[in-house]
Amino acid sequence: MSDILLRAEGITKRYGGILACDNVGIELRAGETHAVIGPNGAGKTTLLAQLAGEIAPDSGRIHLGARDVTDLRAPERAALGLGRSFQITSVFREFTTRQNVALAVQAHDGHSFRFWRKARTDAALIEPARAMLDRLGLGDRAGVPAALLSHGEQRQLELAMALATKPRVLLLDEPMAGMGAADSERMTQLLSALKSEAALLLVEHDMDAVFALADRITVMTYGRVIATGTPAEIRANQVVRDAYLGADEAA
Amino acid sequence: MERIVTIAVLIALAAVPLLASVFDAPFYLDLFGRVMIYAIAAISLNLIMGYGGMVSFGHAAFLGLGGYAVGILAKEGIDSGFVQWPLAIGSCALFALLTGLVVLRTSGAYFIMITLAFAQMLFFLFTSLAEYGGDDGLTIWTRSDFAGLIDLNDGASFYYLIFALLLACLGISARLIDSRFGMVLRGAKANERRMQAIGFPTFRYKLAAYTISGAMCGLAGALLANQAEFVGPSVLHWSRSGEILVMVVLGGMGGVAGPVLGAATYLLLSYFLADLTKHWAIIMGPLLILVVLFARGGLLGLLSGRRAKTDAP
Repeated sequence: MSDILLRAEGITKRYGGILACDNVGIELRAGETHAVIGPNGAGKTTLLAQLAGEIAPDSGRIHLGARDVTDLRAPERAALGLGRSFQITSVFREFTTRQNVALAVQAHDGHSFRFWRKARTDAALIEPARAMLDRLGLGDRAGVPAALLSHGEQRQLELAMALATKPRVLLLDEPMAGMGAADSERMTQLLSALKSEAALLLVEHDMDAVFALADRITVMTYGRVIATGTPAEIRANQVVRDAYLGADEAA
Repeated sequence: MERIVTIAVLIALAAVPLLASVFDAPFYLDLFGRVMIYAIAAISLNLIMGYGGMVSFGHAAFLGLGGYAVGILAKEGIDSGFVQWPLAIGSCALFALLTGLVVLRTSGAYFIMITLAFAQMLFFLFTSLAEYGGDDGLTIWTRSDFAGLIDLNDGASFYYLIFALLLACLGISARLIDSRFGMVLRGAKANERRMQAIGFPTFRYKLAAYTISGAMCGLAGALLANQAEFVGPSVLHWSRSGEILVMVVLGGMGGVAGPVLGAATYLLLSYFLADLTKHWAIIMGPLLILVVLFARGGLLGLLSGRRAKTDAP
């Protein structure tokens, strides 16, 4: 199956007595938005960190396209087209908005053993950064230190940085985290506009966003995948309703 | 403002030989020469600490290694600076590269401890080298010879050489931190995990920065040995590493010129306070605490009216 961009099989990660991921398998197809949902502590973020290469799984294999990337570290996977954003906003607060994105552009513009020329005025970095910021609606905030952006803007910047690395696969860890309804709606629109560009693997608690965006949904509890399917299938799945959605609706 | 402070300090340093000759006080050439040498050492530390977040507690190792390279070659009858200085800088770069492979796998308190450990290893190595003075150190009978190009025995010439090298080091680090390389370094300080996620293999860039820093500090070591006409284990004692660290923090880590200000303030204060009382450390200590508490950007931040450190333009 050549249209599978990211495939993880039998991913197991144990922390002491806790099985954070228990034989997890997940596939991300080209053009797909795939959401991973589940209660807190289900192992979603741990799974994402293993897919990104920040944590090595105890067992299991991860393929990016046809290539086995299990033994590659995060920067190497990023170079192969795997982008990611973080649950906790992690922009470079001291840099301006534009510098943040320019840094992401720089990461994919050859090596950085360039010691002399000023990065700040380097058109090869600044122009793509400007274009990306315009696209995400942050154009007029380009010169502002990232620390001074609102929470919603920082989340958008986070996404701009991930996109500036031109990923084929984008892992998003709770892109709506901490957002109000309006920001959340805006982010949903941004993400759905990205579909043509990269396959998205999304961990998210905002069910409105998940059901609006996802082509397929994987449900995890206690480190295990209990179901994978289309939104309609997941909604109708009795096991999922019992374990997760049911509890949510009752609350 | 920062630029004005920097230029003012540099003009003052440039004027020292003139004033020293007018007031017939050649001693000040020595004192301010030493200030500038330590400023170079502090600039080298600031490069990795202020911009890369790598707090080295073993930078005196490079000062000592650079000095011993000059001292040992001089003792073996090789006086040429064209041989001594490249070897001093090269051996420090190599030492930084090799130890960097180990120390850069750690961070935080572990980084501090391992850099200290490597410096202590070098300290005990030179202490045990009886051939080259052991505990007592090594007197350097002739300063580096530059084949008539410049005479280090002439006070003013030597002083201006140090001054020129200080300017070069300032210029190099100013360019470096604004370059693509510098952006990677600063990004890794702020959030290394994020840097890796966007595709930077940060380790190799940090290793390069550590090596450049070591080489620059090695130059300071070669200068110091020449100026003192002596090199001994005390140059790479851990307390010396601490002093360089204090100079950087005192001057301010936010700008390239901070370490110059820090080195000048620390050395001049300790010199004049030591004149006042032998318990000068009692005055210096609280002073340091005040600066750290109330001027988070160090003296540079204080003088240029900058409240907190920020890289924003």
